[in-house]
Amino acid sequence: MREVAVVAFAQAPSFSPDAERNEVEMLAPVVREALDRAGLSIQEIGFVMSGSCDYLAGQPFAFVTALDAVGLWPPKQESHVEQDGAWALYEAWVRMQHDEIDSALVYAFGKSSLGSIRDVLTLQLDPYYVAPLWPDTHAIAALQARALLEGSDYTERDMAAVAARGRRDATIDELLTLPYVASPLREHDCPPVSDGAAAVVLAAGNLAREICERPAWIRGIDHRIEPQGLGLRDLARSTSAALAARHVGAGNGPIDVAELHASYTHQELILREAMGLGAGVAINPSGGALAADPVMVTGLIRIGEAASRIMSGEAKRALAHASAGPCLQQNLVCVMEAA
Amino acid sequence: MSDPVLGVVSPVRLEYTFSAGRAQSRFLRGLMERRFVGQRCGKCQGVYVPGRGSCAICGIATDEEVDVGPQGTVTMFCIVNVPFAGQQVEPPYACASIMLDGADVALFHLVQEISANEVRTGLRVEPVWENERRPSMESVRYFRPVGGDHA
Amino acid sequence: MSETPVAAEAALTAPHVLEYAYTRSVGPVVGRFLAGLRAGKLLGIKTNAGRVIVPPLEYDPDTGDGLDELVEVGQSGVVTTWTWASEPRPHQPLDRPFAWALIKLDGADTAMLQAVDASDESRMATGMRVRARWRAERKGDLSDLECFEPEEES
Repeated sequence: MREVAVVAFAQAPSFSPDAERNEVEMLAPVVREALDRAGLSIQEIGFVMSGSCDYLAGQPFAFVTALDAVGLWPPKQESHVEQDGAWALYEAWVRMQHDEIDSALVYAFGKSSLGSIRDVLTLQLDPYYVAPLWPDTHAIAALQARALLEGSDYTERDMAAVAARGRRDATIDELLTLPYVASPLREHDCPPVSDGAAAVVLAAGNLAREICERPAWIRGIDHRIEPQGLGLRDLARSTSAALAARHVGAGNGPIDVAELHASYTHQELILREAMGLGAGVAINPSGGALAADPVMVTGLIRIGEAASRIMSGEAKRALAHASAGPCLQQNLVCVMEAA
Repeated sequence: MSDPVLGVVSPVRLEYTFSAGRAQSRFLRGLMERRFVGQRCGKCQGVYVPGRGSCAICGIATDEEVDVGPQGTVTMFCIVNVPFAGQQVEPPYACASIMLDGADVALFHLVQEISANEVRTGLRVEPVWENERRPSMESVRYFRPVGGDHA
Repeated sequence: MSETPVAAEAALTAPHVLEYAYTRSVGPVVGRFLAGLRAGKLLGIKTNAGRVIVPPLEYDPDTGDGLDELVEVGQSGVVTTWTWASEPRPHQPLDRPFAWALIKLDGADTAMLQAVDASDESRMATGMRVRARWRAERKGDLSDLECFEPEEES
């Protein structure tokens, strides 16, 4: 396996819904910041890869206009996935394994605030049997949350504890007095509506060592998907996250920090269990998806945040996770190490 | 017994609030003043209209605003002969790519007050504005040949 | 990065509606399920291992085997998980508060998503029995099945 590392990461300064900037205006400073941190110009980058979803803006080929933010001249090798940017990073990593490409720029952007994201994401559901009913994302997640609570020892208190970890304004007891949004989910169990962009620069071997003091070396990256039908799988468990974590060797050494793409509190409980993340692992020091969940960007941010802990010297071994589809249908796990 | 079911109709309706962003908002507001506001790249000097806030060639922010046009030159065109749902103009009519004077990217608009088969590349055109001033591309009713340039 | 001093006017926004009626070919398996709905029947499909999948899929999700053996399943079943929609959203099956539930029909090995017209959240519980409520006019469409309702009601 060719050595590839995250050498730079940048993200939008705020993920609050922002009507002032369009996607290009939101993305451009983030891309430039990532390139500046890597000390590379776009002309020096070997491959450009992005992730986004046109349905967020309701405009076909919205991702093509985002190229204006990058400045791809002379024309560069470029590709796009209609997926979270974490999957774009995976594609770039694969390209770097097979091609003589030493560096890649990976970016993702999305403005969930343009439409009603709870309803827009209905379009990812089975178009014959499920989408015609228009269940919203909170309702779908709530089915999973109840399946977990009734199929395990976890309680609503455990869910509230996940939410309370990231906030100073409310205790677990206070959170548990709040009304349900979609029982057993309360507002703090659900992600905020967020707009945002993030960019990562990958570099291989000696280039990574040259341009980054402490590259975050990708030691394993894998993603696995489960059947789409909600009634076909055990929603209380994540077989795909467990398999991906095993395949990347997550358990082969202690993990200092894990960034999990859990948009709902109960999903963090499912993921910790699936990937065997015990008490010694710092979970989502960034605040995770409950603090900001820019759809299509959240997963890439997890990789960037986890890598940042290694680049800063705070962590030696970090795990990043990204998720796609309803109820953790698809899961990507990436293990990164210092030196 | 009864007819087989071969298909279903799945209606999708989603409501969005489109945001033009800063640069395009200034272009759209310029139209209310009957101006075409573009943006110049500080590096390659390319002028975009409307600007997007970023140079697609250099990948840097485009901060400088410049007025372009209002006259321009047809760089490409096509003649629409086929009716379709939602069509606003009776065919045949000409749609043209118009390079406003001072700009480096072309706008797409109708060319009228000339028969469609007389439209040609290089034709000099000018905008005909709607009476109502709105921050919308529809403020330009269409382009027409400058000073009777039909030749 | 430095912020350009520009006019402080807010960016323009405009309503934008994305609307399209997709006409989907359903194929033989989904088509027979929908024809079943029109006839007031619920159909599943049997895998080679003998599991009954409802609603029916063309392929076994475990093995990828092509499937063809449709079987009728019960009109009642058990709620395996649920949530409460206190404020129904546009396009959803009912315009009054209702439950979303995964329902394992009698004779089925998998659960399907549907609305349960339960009038109050306190009537909902995992394990409760519910039964299908049909529309009088049916056209071979998912909406032929209006929703489910708690079985104790009669």
